[in-house]
This record gives sequence, C-alpha cells and structure tokens, in this order.
Amino acid sequence: MSQINRLPSGARIDSSVAVKFTFNGKQLQGVAGDTLASALLANGVNVVGRSFKYSRPRGIVGHGAEEPNAIMQIGSGAGTVPNLKATQVELYEGLEAASVNGWPSVNFDLMSITGWFGRLMPPGFYYKTFMYPAKLWMTYEHFIRKAAGLGSSPVQDDPDSYDKLNQHCDLLVVGAGPAGLMAAREAARAGARVIIADEQSEFGGSLLASTQRIDGRSATGWVEEIVAELNAFANVQTLPRSTVFGYYDHNFLGILQRRTDHLVLRAAAGARQRLHRVRAKQVILATGAFERPLVFAHNDIPGVMQASSVSTYINRYGVAPGNRLLVFTTNDNAYQTAIDWHRTGRTVVAVIDSRAAPEGQLVAAARQLGIQIMAGHGVIEAQGGKRVKRALVAPLSADGSEITGAVQRLGCDLIACSGGWSPAIHLSSHTGAKPTWDQNIHGFRPGESKQQERSVGACGGSYALSACLAEGAAAGAEMAHLTGHGDGILHFPVPEAEEVQEQPQQALFLVPHTKATSRAPSQFVDMQLDVSASGIELAVREGFESVEHIKRYTAMGFGTDQGKLGNINGMAILANALGQSIQETGTTIFRPSYTPTTFGAIAGRDVGDLFDPERYTAMHRWHQDQGAEFEDVGQWKRPWYFPQSGESMLEAVNRECLAVRNSVGILDASTLGKIDIQGPDAAEFITRMYTNSYLKLAPGKCRYGVMLKEDGMIFDDGVCACIADNHYLMFTTTGGAAGVLAWLELWQQTEWPHLQVYFTSVTDHWATATISGPNARKVLAKVCDDIDLANNAFEFMDWRDGTVAGVDARVFRISFTGELTYEINVPAHYGRHIWEALIAAGEEFGITPYGTETMHVLRAEKGFIIVGQDTDGSMTPADMNMDWVVGKNKSFSFIGKRSLQRSDSVRENRKQLVGLKTVDGTQVLPEGAQVVFDPQQVIPMSMQGHVTSSYYSANMGHSIALAVVKGGHSRLGQIVHCPLADGRTIAAEIVSSVFYDSKGERQNVQ
Amino acid sequence: MLLIHCPYCREDREEEEFSYGGEAHIVRPLEPEALSDQEWGDYLFFRKNPRGIHHEMWYHQTGCRRYFYATRNTVSYEILETYMVGEKPQISAAEAGQ
Repeated sequence: MSQINRLPSGARIDSSVAVKFTFNGKQLQGVAGDTLASALLANGVNVVGRSFKYSRPRGIVGHGAEEPNAIMQIGSGAGTVPNLKATQVELYEGLEAASVNGWPSVNFDLMSITGWFGRLMPPGFYYKTFMYPAKLWMTYEHFIRKAAGLGSSPVQDDPDSYDKLNQHCDLLVVGAGPAGLMAAREAARAGARVIIADEQSEFGGSLLASTQRIDGRSATGWVEEIVAELNAFANVQTLPRSTVFGYYDHNFLGILQRRTDHLVLRAAAGARQRLHRVRAKQVILATGAFERPLVFAHNDIPGVMQASSVSTYINRYGVAPGNRLLVFTTNDNAYQTAIDWHRTGRTVVAVIDSRAAPEGQLVAAARQLGIQIMAGHGVIEAQGGKRVKRALVAPLSADGSEITGAVQRLGCDLIACSGGWSPAIHLSSHTGAKPTWDQNIHGFRPGESKQQERSVGACGGSYALSACLAEGAAAGAEMAHLTGHGDGILHFPVPEAEEVQEQPQQALFLVPHTKATSRAPSQFVDMQLDVSASGIELAVREGFESVEHIKRYTAMGFGTDQGKLGNINGMAILANALGQSIQETGTTIFRPSYTPTTFGAIAGRDVGDLFDPERYTAMHRWHQDQGAEFEDVGQWKRPWYFPQSGESMLEAVNRECLAVRNSVGILDASTLGKIDIQGPDAAEFITRMYTNSYLKLAPGKCRYGVMLKEDGMIFDDGVCACIADNHYLMFTTTGGAAGVLAWLELWQQTEWPHLQVYFTSVTDHWATATISGPNARKVLAKVCDDIDLANNAFEFMDWRDGTVAGVDARVFRISFTGELTYEINVPAHYGRHIWEALIAAGEEFGITPYGTETMHVLRAEKGFIIVGQDTDGSMTPADMNMDWVVGKNKSFSFIGKRSLQRSDSVRENRKQLVGLKTVDGTQVLPEGAQVVFDPQQVIPMSMQGHVTSSYYSANMGHSIALAVVKGGHSRLGQIVHCPLADGRTIAAEIVSSVFYDSKGERQNVQ
Repeated sequence: MLLIHCPYCREDREEEEFSYGGEAHIVRPLEPEALSDQEWGDYLFFRKNPRGIHHEMWYHQTGCRRYFYATRNTVSYEILETYMVGEKPQISAAEAGQ
C-alpha cells in the first residue's frame, strides 16, 4: 500500500525522509514528522481497532489526546507499551504498532458477532448479566478482557530506566499554544523561573496546523521565533513531549516527560521517561479546547472525523484522509476545514450547517470558492461498513430538535464534524474547582480557582487567536508579579493576529433521526466504551438521576480517553432526558491522570535493589561467606539460619538449637533498636513509659520492660540498662525501633516538655554479638580479662564495661534463650573483629552461629513472647501472662495503666497466651491456624483463638506452639482443635507457655 | 502532596518529611484513675472529624523530629497556620465562620 492520501507538502513534515513501520504486522511507510495516526491515514488505513462492547470497526477520529479509537500497543517484548493513542505516538523507523482491540484481527473480528445482538447489551449489562454466580465472574472477566482488548502488559522486566526530578518554579505554564507561549515569554521577561510543558512533540499547539497569520508571519514561523526566544532564557525550562497529568494539593503537579520513546535507538539515550514532580508558586493552564463531536446515527463508522483534526492532518502533516468530504457543523470554524480540503484539490461535497442562515467571514469565503452550503440541515445518519459511503441529510427545525423535511443521500467517504468546542478543564478540575456551564460558549468553563492557578485562552473559553495571545501575555505578567518578578504590567506589544468575524454557534448535542432515539441506529456519545444516546436515555428510564451514577452505569467517560470528546454531549442528552438544564445536571469530575501514565515512570529508579533500602550489620559479609540464609526484619537483613552443606532448614535449625542448649551458640543481635536516653528526668520519664519502675535501677543494672499504648495494649518490649546516673540505654525490638523513638518524643514534646530528657537513636552505632549456652562464660573469658565474670560478681541482669578482644565493650548478661548469655556490644566498626575473635575463642567448644529461626525456637521453648508475632496490638500484659512486669506501686499512672482496668481489659474470656502441645508430637501446627473447641461444629465454627508461634523443638523432641485462646489461662489440660485449610484437623493440648526450664535455672551457670 | 511549614525549621517542606499525629490539644488527664471508664474512653478514642477547620498534630519525622500543630481546612486541605507546642492557634473554626 502506498501513501495514497499524502499531499505534496505539510507544515511540520519532511516528505523526503521516509520512515518505515509496521501496523498489525503489515509493512507501511510514513515520513519524518508524522504521528502514527497521520501515517496510517496517509496509507489509507480505515479500521484501526474494534469497539469495546459491540466490536464495531473504528477509525481515527481525532489528532491528539481526545482520540477514542486508535488505541495501540507499541513495540514488542519487554519494552512494549499498551494503551497509547496513535495520534500521540511519533513515528520512528521500525516502529511496531498493533491494535489493542480486535481479535483475531481488526478486519476479521470474531467478536463482531456481538454487534449483531448489540441491543442485548444495554448499559449496566455487566452488572445485570455477570453478577451471579460470583464464581463465574473470573471466567466472564477473562473473556471480556480478551474480547475488549485492553492491551497487554509486558511480562519481562522493563529494560528501560526512568527518572524522577523534583522541581520548583515560580510559574508553571501548561500548554504551549498561543496563550501558553505568550504567558511563558512575558513571565520569563519579568525574570520569573518558568517551566513550560506541552504534551506534543513540539511547541505551538493549534498554531502548528493553523493557516492564520501572526504579526504578518505564518503561525509556525511565529512559533519558531518565540520558542527560540524561550530556549535562550536561562530562567526558562521548556519541556516538549511532556504531559502534565495531574494537579495535586498545594500547587504540586506531575509531568510525564517522554524523553526517548520517539527514538529508534532508545536505550542509548538515557532514561526513557522522566517524572517531574513540580511545586509551582503559580500555574497558568493554557491547555486549549477539544472540538465537540456531533452525535448522529452510526457516527462511529470509519471516516467520521473531527473537523479540526481533518484540517490538522492536511495542514500539519500533509495528509488528506479521504476523497469526498462532507462537512457537518454548528459553527463557523469547520468552514475552514472545507476551505483547506478544497485547496488540496479533492472534492468538497457540501457543508451541512445546522444553523438556518450562516453568514460569517469563513462562510462567505467558502461560498466564494463555490462550496455548496446546506444551511438548516443536519447529517442524521452515516452509512457504510468499514468506511463511510454516504450520509443521510435532512432539514432541521430552527432549534435542531426535529426533522422537518425529506431525507436525501449524499455520497462521501469522509464526514468532518464540528459541534463547537469544549474547554480542556481537566487540570482545573483536579484541584476540586467545580466547572460552571456557560451558555455563551455552550460549554463548561473552569470553576473558581482552588489553588494558585488561572486558565487562559481556549481552556478558559476564549477561542479567538487574538484573545488567546492577549490573555496569555497578561496572565504571564500578572503571575510573574505575584511571585515577585516585574510589576504585573505588559511592557511589550501583544502580537497581532487576524480577527475572523464569526457568527454564534448553535447548541446541537444530539441530531434527531427519523426514528426515535431508542429505535434509531446507535448514536454514539462515547466511542471507546460504546455508550450511545439511547443508552443514556435508558439509564434515565431505569431511574438514574445523578450524572455520577449515570457515568458509572453506562461507563460513559470511563475509557482511557476519559470521554474528552463526547462527554458534554452525554451530559446534555442526560439533562434533556431529565428535563433539566445542563447547569443543573452538572458534569462529572475529571481526575488524574489526564492521559495514561506509565508505571515505569511512577516507579522511577525505585525498583529492584533500590526498591527499599537494605540495612546490613557489621558482620554481614561474614554471614554471607558462611552461606547464611537471610530473613528480612524491617529493612534489616538478618541471618535466618546457617545451613551446612546438604542440610535442610529444619536440620540446620535443629543442629543450631541443640548446640546452644548443650554448649554455646553465637547470634548477631546488632539490629535490636537502641536508644540512648539522658537527662536529669530520664528515670522518671522511662518509668512513665514502661509498665515497671526504673527509679531505683542502679548503674550497672538492667531491667526488662513492656511498653503499652495508652489503650493498655502491648506495643514494644526490651531491656533498659542504667549506664550512669541520668543515663540509660533502651533496647527495642528490631522492627519497632523507629516507632518507639517517635513515641518517646511525642510524650516528651507534647505532654511533658518540662521533663529534661533527651533521646538519640544509637542502633547503628553498636554491633552486638550474643553468645549463649552453658559454655558462654568460658568463651568470653578467653577474650576478656578485665571483667570479673564470676556468677556472683557479674549477675544475671547486670552489665559491665570492659575490653573484649582488645575493644572497648559493654557486656550485658541478659538472656532470650534461657541459657547463660552475654550480649557483647562494641562500636559498630569493630563488629566483625570481635565476632571473629569469639568464633576463634569458641572453637574448642564447637561454637555455633545461629540465626533468627533458632532464636525464635529457643525463646518459644521458654515461652518468651515476640511483640508483633505473639501480640497483635490487642494484647495486655495480663493476656500474655505477664502481670509480673506491671508495677503495682508506681506513683505515676504510667502510659496505658488506666486502660488495664477498663471493663474490656478485665473481661474473662479474652484471648490469652498458652502453650499448645500437639497430641501427635511430630505434627507442627501452621502459624495462624485457628483454634476451635468443637471440631464437629457445623461451619461457620466458633473461632476460639489462633496459633501465634509454632516450631519443631529438637530439645523437647516434639513440636511446640504458642497460641492465644479465649480464657486460655483457665483451660490448661484441655484439648483444642485446629482445622486446617487442607482438610486435616490437628488436636492439641493446652499447656503452660513455658515448655523448657520452667524454673529459669539454666542461665544460672556456676 | 501537601507543602508544610515547619515552625521549628521555619521552612516549607514536602509532606514526605512529615507524619500525621492526629487531633491536637488533647490533654492527658492528670489523674486517670479518678475517671470513669466512659470518661477515660472519651479521652482514648473520641476524636473530632470536622468538615473545615481542624487543629492537628504533625511530626517532622525526617527533619527536626519535632511535633507541632497545624490548622488545616479538611475540605480544601489548605494549611492556614502552623505553630509550636505550647502556642495557641490564631485561627479557630468560629473565627473562620464555621
């Protein structure tokens, strides 16, 4: 196929440079400067996709973000992108494009059979048909998605990189048409820092296809000059190919810049897309307007296009998408399309104007060229299969609501429509500004500003070129002044543009048919989602009144084009059906994103290894060298277990557990949160935060404490050591460290600012090697000679300053395993040194490195809880059988104390921590398993609790579990049951949560 | 994303640096044990949820780590003022005509 519709010239293309591409596997050729859409039209491609619901053939309608039909999958493999509009894809050599809908192909679509019974798929079809049985929804959905063709996401990792850039500016100008360019230039001249962004490949907006002249020059010539001037400013950043997709709170806007999508050798050119996160002092919205379609029967047949788009293809791209043009309009603008077409030498069949007596300047010009004008007429139906063949035209009443005479057939292959203009109010709408209907322009204007922004030019409802230029310039100067630049007054003349004398447009939102709307061939309002006028009226008959409900019921405006074309027609048809004004009916609210935004850009560099920070201890490399498996604990990488060759996880953990109980093990405990607390009121403050008292804790002593939230529920636990008078070191759980520090700061700063106490996180400052087991003292003694380690000299819950392997250390005699344990803290940089020294010293005792899994098993044998595993924010100390940790005689009512007396906290059947011993000791309960009392009970069973921790204990020779069970403390000895998802039910006996060494004598090694 | 003025840093900073602290000016009862369950429950759980002016706490978590107060319009998300702990708001719902 050759470029049968290519004209000798177009303003923004270079016909001498051929560009090859494929569409649905077929080799085609365009030229430099083309979009995919203009190239397809040049090649005479009619059908570019199939519609969502009825699978009707669809062609290109528009030339920009408003395009509803030409939705493409671009590229293949890992870099493929679905859901791009062909009108916004720049052509490059080797581009691969495919229609996203149409299966198996757009020209032979199996699904088109649904078009035959389209009347069986009314609005609300999915709600009505696929609600029940719910189980089948997945099947339906799969089928619908395949049929509807929403494109396919790449399944491989994205080979491209994406950037984010945080930016600040005085003024962000959105849109680089006449208004935006003037605004940016004026503000720049005043010295403001300006960013101007436009979604198109080059600046100029509507001027790129305009035949109007500015200051006596061609519009494109004027654009080139002003763009060159903007680029020369040091205080201006120009961003073409950059879509401002969202307008968020406090003048924060998101811009998606497509840096390399249009290049052949994309990868070599750096980040593919860049997300600009812009905080602007002031914003000027110069986003233009969308031409409004005309809604008539079968207005979706390929060959029905927007009039301004036809002009754009002719003037900008040198493409005449057809041979015999029929123009259908309600206003003067579309006469320009007839004139442009006439200049190409192709046939203008007629201009059909709904107005009775059009007399504007362009009308006269068309008439002078001999173009036939049929005033007071309308196109009531298009006919044809995969391309328009003819139009049915009829005279209309003065208000356009009725057909007043005989229908005639006019042969044509292109119908260019113009129903007036709709300001692109999307970004203003994002801010919460409520659009207001303006009867003069028959459109919604941006509502009252909610932020520091202003809409100028066509997006504010001013369509004349001269007005756009003047408004843009004035706004640029004023907004610059508001940011402290210039005096707000224009110091340069506004360029002069020819004024075109126009007559008012007519409001015509639905063209009548000889049959009633419900009987007429479909009159499409939203082509992407196949919403027709009759569907909207049906929804009203079914009782829907709110525009937001109608939107959701009919899906109008729900597509990737957000109904940029037909939404206003739909609102008007709805208002008419409800017997209301459009203002009363209102409009739906546009939300971000303005056009689809890629996940790649949103993710930026925060993928893979950079998705989340990883924290390593000072001994991390040693663990890696030993082949440790790691576990994520918060952002920390902690050794999980240290498998020896051929060992399974269970075998490794069993070996580690036995080693600790029988000789000695070593654990990297560096990740525990550590908060250094100092100040004259430190003890008083800590005592208010923990359930027990620290007022009499002497230097050299430690105490275990539990922290509650004010509701009495356990929030964190750990040991707190008195380092010196007015100086404490608080240990927190690994995952809770940041939250605990914030909690302390909250109370100190907001409730008790008079208490003199200061907090510093020292988690990363210390490395901690924990040696645990009956031989721990012997190991430590080999590398430490300045601490008296004797059992009665360095007692349980003491800490000492000393030297370990030549390094200053704090040694804590505390225990999470129940065995004799020393936690050796050294400045973090010495972590690996003392670790290796302890490993060497322990060699003769078979010192065994162990990970978090063994730590968990050993502490569970002892019934020690892990906050966040055995508790879930709804557990009091009493629930955990830990009343002993709650100080009964504290003078200050510590945080959470009062709540422990609340009626719910003292309720008898609260879930309480117990041990579970499976009747068959080889069976290990899954953590999270539900506990029931009666396994024969009919479903739904009464859940009585759940398993919080469960392991196989090599020391005990059977499995052990911790669980919270309603009233559990008074149920010792009872048998409970855990029904599992796989159908098994495991019986277990409720036992004490302390399985091992219930008297706590193990750590008391002489 | 909000732009928040930290009264301690005296700078406008991005919301990402802050975390929300809930309703401001809730004073902990001096004698919790003297309160009934209902009175204590009111202190613990009941919070205003106004449409409009709201005094709330923010925490400059990745900045100066200070808690401070903000007067924010919950409809427009406009932050009308921020002020330090111990200070009183200049704007109240009554003054704002709500």
